[in-house]
Amino acid sequence: MTVTAAPATRPTADRPDLTRAALSGRRRFTNRLATAAIWGAVLLAVVPLALVTYTVVSKGAGVMSPSFLTEDIPNSYRRVGGGMAPAIIGTLLITGAAALMAIPLGVFGAIYLNEYGKQRPLARLIRLMADVMTGVPSIVMGLFIYIAWVRLVGQFTGFAGALALACLMLPVVIRSSEEMLRLVPEELRQASMALGARKWKTTLTVVLPAAISGITSGSLLAVARAAGETAPIIIVTGIAFSPNWNLFDGSNTALPAQIFRNASTSFPAAQDRAWGAALTLIVIVLGFTIIARFISSRFAIKER
Amino acid sequence: MASNDTDLTTRPSVAVHAPGSTAAGAETTTAPVMQLRDVSVYYGSYEAVRGTSMPIQQNQVTAMIGPSGCGKSTVLRALNRMNDPIPGARVSGDVLYHGQDLYARDVDPIQVRRRIGMVFQKPNPFPKSIYDNVAYGLRINGIKGRLDDHVEAALTQAALWDEVKDKLRKSALALSGGQQQRLCIARTIAVKPEVILMDEPCSALDPIATAKIEDLMFELTNDYTIVIVTHNMQQAARVSHYTAFFTAEVDDKQVRHGRLVEFSQTGKLFTNPADKRTEDYITGRFG
Ligand SMILES: Nc1ncnc2c1ncn2[C@@H]1O[C@H](COP(=O)(O)OP(=O)(O)OP(=O)(O)O)[C@@H](O)[C@H]1O
Ligand SMILES: [Mg+2]
Repeated sequence: MTVTAAPATRPTADRPDLTRAALSGRRRFTNRLATAAIWGAVLLAVVPLALVTYTVVSKGAGVMSPSFLTEDIPNSYRRVGGGMAPAIIGTLLITGAAALMAIPLGVFGAIYLNEYGKQRPLARLIRLMADVMTGVPSIVMGLFIYIAWVRLVGQFTGFAGALALACLMLPVVIRSSEEMLRLVPEELRQASMALGARKWKTTLTVVLPAAISGITSGSLLAVARAAGETAPIIIVTGIAFSPNWNLFDGSNTALPAQIFRNASTSFPAAQDRAWGAALTLIVIVLGFTIIARFISSRFAIKER
Repeated sequence: MASNDTDLTTRPSVAVHAPGSTAAGAETTTAPVMQLRDVSVYYGSYEAVRGTSMPIQQNQVTAMIGPSGCGKSTVLRALNRMNDPIPGARVSGDVLYHGQDLYARDVDPIQVRRRIGMVFQKPNPFPKSIYDNVAYGLRINGIKGRLDDHVEAALTQAALWDEVKDKLRKSALALSGGQQQRLCIARTIAVKPEVILMDEPCSALDPIATAKIEDLMFELTNDYTIVIVTHNMQQAARVSHYTAFFTAEVDDKQVRHGRLVEFSQTGKLFTNPADKRTEDYITGRFG
């Protein structure tokens, strides 16, 4: 073919030069600079991530074993061995209970804000409060629950921890769900309305399914964050060395609290357990994230 | 129910070309399904359309034409209370459906929209399967059992069945624009409304898809009454029995209002318009 036979030679008026060489030197330089800056930023972001992962895995893998996952926490920090079962159970129960409280409430709140409240004064107030609540430090939330709940019932409980985590998750769930609902095109609501659907029916059968994948992943990210909260757990759940399956009676414990307590001692055995707990926590959070991805991709396929 | 005097299952079929008269409020052998009497529509304090009176005849296609912004969509939405959710939107005058005012205090807009359906300018299928799109209206209206039959009937009537019968469980979003629009029509007729409102249903479609939908409209007049907004005058002339010409006029306070200029049988409006403004518009002399 003539096109390939004649390689790009001198550009002429009727044969414009489309190669990169046609760009001015300044534009080529800017392009290189931008590319380099982006790669630099990526490296800068990945390096600490990789280092954290490497450290936690290399130090935590040593203590990781079936018995670490199933045995009680030793009463004495000094003692070698033992496990983290009470903290694993505590983390799963407390975070699970917090999710059960915060996600439905948050999604309903988001539905109110986006479908019903819109720009009404009440809706704007709730939006403002949610934003303020997002900014409340977790330790403050812990102290709040301590005063409002722990003092009231007179004992540390896992449920108090769940309350604190739910309060931390709630504004995040509300705001992320509202964003997802806002992305649902207005045309779909109108189509449903024109078929004679009532508003709640439209919301339930058209709007929510269209937004559910985003809502799910937003909510599970909030759960993952809450699973790592330390301060409120330490303040309101007390401490436990054997598994406590009852959230409403008796102290409990969770992985972040155990990491904090064990890591701040000077005993090598305790520090090993802290690394092990950290690795376990990362794996649990990773699990949440994978579930979130899986759920949202399942819904996404249906939408295509 | 607000309007159970309207039996939707045993509707008498009416001769397609009702002998009409010449002007607005055409006297025909049957009473019109809908009647607008001095209808004005407001958005907040802005009067978008002023003093419209016209009938909608049963089993006929009524077209609304006119320049952009003259209030065609506004009037159309007023016919099944789709303006309700727009903050500040308000209707004065009477929109009568079988003699009852749709804006009367005790009328439930849901009941209105179940009888007066709407097809939109942009195809807007739900992000669900083709089947679920058509079944949606049936389900929310509590029609149980034999759903398959209803879905097939609606898709057949919308001239889409043959194209989609093998992929009913596939997503509706994978259909072409023209197919999506026919799906939206199928979805609307599945709930068997009496009147179907269409707001520029072909504006996003190519000529072939448009022709399909125009044929479809003709078929549908056996069972339904259709009101269509269109920018395409040939289309109005082809598909409609009656045509309403709207335009926007500036009043003495320099505010633009949509006005109904002329309503008559389509043939007459296009060949022998009564109003100079209509003539200017249909001959393309309009600014
Ligand atoms: N939701 C709304 N809020 C306020 N004003 C509106 C709204 N919808 C329409 N209007 C105004 O009402 C007038 C009529 O609008 P409408 O959409 O009915 O025109 P149209 O004849 O359908 O135009 P087009 O042919 O471009 O679709 C316009 O001046 C428009 O700005
Ligand atoms: Mg319009």
